[in-house]
Amino acid sequence: MNYEKVIEILGLTKKFKNLTAVDDLDLTVLKGDVFGFLGPNGAGKSTTIRMMLSLIAPTSGTIKIFGKTLLTDRKDILRRVGAIVEKPDFYKNLSAYKNLSILGKLSMGEVSKTKIMEILELVGLEKRYKSKVKTYSHGMKQRLGIAQALLHDPDLIVLDEPTTGLDPQGMKEIRDLLIMLSREKGKTIFLSSHILSEIEIVATRMIILDNGKKVVEGKVNELLNKNKLKVTFEVNDINTTKNLLETTAWKDKIYSSLDNKIVFILEPEEIAPINKFLIEKNIEISAVIPTRSLEEYFLKITEKSTK
Amino acid sequence: MKSLISIELYKIFRKWRTYIGFAAVTFLVLLIQFAISLGEKDAASRLTNQLSESFLMVGNLLNGYFVSYMILNAIIVNIPFLIVLVAGDMLAGEATAGTYRVLMTRPISRFQVVFSKFLSSLIYSFMLIAWLALLSIVLGLILFGSGELIVFQKGLIIFAKDDIIWRFILAYLMAALTMCTVASLAFLFSSLVENAIGPIVTAMAIIIVFAILSAIPIDFFQTIKPYLFTNYIFSWNLFFEDTLNYTELLKALGVLIGHIVVLFGITAYIFEKKDILT
Repeated sequence: MNYEKVIEILGLTKKFKNLTAVDDLDLTVLKGDVFGFLGPNGAGKSTTIRMMLSLIAPTSGTIKIFGKTLLTDRKDILRRVGAIVEKPDFYKNLSAYKNLSILGKLSMGEVSKTKIMEILELVGLEKRYKSKVKTYSHGMKQRLGIAQALLHDPDLIVLDEPTTGLDPQGMKEIRDLLIMLSREKGKTIFLSSHILSEIEIVATRMIILDNGKKVVEGKVNELLNKNKLKVTFEVNDINTTKNLLETTAWKDKIYSSLDNKIVFILEPEEIAPINKFLIEKNIEISAVIPTRSLEEYFLKITEKSTK
Repeated sequence: MKSLISIELYKIFRKWRTYIGFAAVTFLVLLIQFAISLGEKDAASRLTNQLSESFLMVGNLLNGYFVSYMILNAIIVNIPFLIVLVAGDMLAGEATAGTYRVLMTRPISRFQVVFSKFLSSLIYSFMLIAWLALLSIVLGLILFGSGELIVFQKGLIIFAKDDIIWRFILAYLMAALTMCTVASLAFLFSSLVENAIGPIVTAMAIIIVFAILSAIPIDFFQTIKPYLFTNYIFSWNLFFEDTLNYTELLKALGVLIGHIVVLFGITAYIFEKKDILT
């Protein structure tokens, strides 16, 4: 395991007049991590990313990337970083090829046509390379955004909601691409998203941000506690169900019961036997809903932020 | 920096609004020359009649040089409105399009970005004046031929054929410098907002207000007049004096260059401190 710190953020705060968008944030991303930066809309994810890329200045706190301070070594750092910040926008009256040629030139000097075409092929835009960006769909712009982020072969890739606007197949392709970049090319990826399942598929470590504050941090498989599930059974008769369970070993697995819902904490392989047991006892089950504690928590803060 | 400037110029010349200035200048110059060529005899005879009361006139009075001089006099005051269309869009246009996010995450400093954009605005201003010069002199000489240049500056001055071209070159350079000042003003406003319309309208409004203030014969306005850049829009005329007035020339150069340096300095400072939120 490599413990080299790629990103080290300490006490990062950004205030816009009376609004604290990011509040005393600490985080560390290690080399080779696919780091999930999860939070509902308005949690402060994009503001943090903008500060990491020096688009906006922090009110306080420090950002170190590759062991260098962003404030003093901005150019050295950005030479090794590829990024998408929010929705990707380009020079609309220029072609995808010309956009990449310009952006590549700014990152690494002259870029060969072969290199640009390779990247466009990687994101599936090689057939439309001559088309002006104003004729692109949102999904195509998103792919072009990924292309410009990868163009100069960066060591750190910062992606802010990269799958927004993509169809399911496009989302899968991007996820596969990120996994490939991490596993085969050893890239460090900082992935912001408001979709837990996306982080779960791709990320190795994650934090959850809410109202600008870090609320959860850790390894994804530990946080999502893949062995234990909270499973809700919706039944026709809650009292009979509880009485039946009273004399069984399932009793100890009950987490709560309310109205026609009874909630268990179960291993995944225990769901089928308990379902079978209740059916055999003539209990009608209208739904079986497995949720994980973190997922539930995340849904709660997401709902709160949309209210 | 060279690469950045070439990229900026490429972006400028890929926008249709860039060509409005060139199209307007072309249209005006052609229109004026066409109109003069249609009524050439009448105009020439009117001019000769007026002058022949005091002078004995020989040769081609209504020549290419005279027409070019007249065109520069007539349209220079309106060219600032064409300059601000491009300069006002330089920074605000990137903000409107959201392209700062891809531009400013490259390993280039903010100063490099703002300086390359600024220089590109100045290059555009020079190019527009160069186009005006080329079109009016070359076409003027083709249509109306060559000859001595007669100008009215605190009296009648006649310049010999071989004493004209250098005056025109320096006059156009001075006019270009004035336009660079206008571009610097629009560029400053462009750094303040995220929509190109604001800087364009504000710069136009300031030019109009300054021009009005310069024209009002009240002591207070006359005191501040030497410090308003609009006062120097016709400074190119200093090169069409019998003896060059170096004091006035240096004053005009000082005020215009001073404006450019100060306006760019403020813009660079604002841009360095700016949060990119679009």
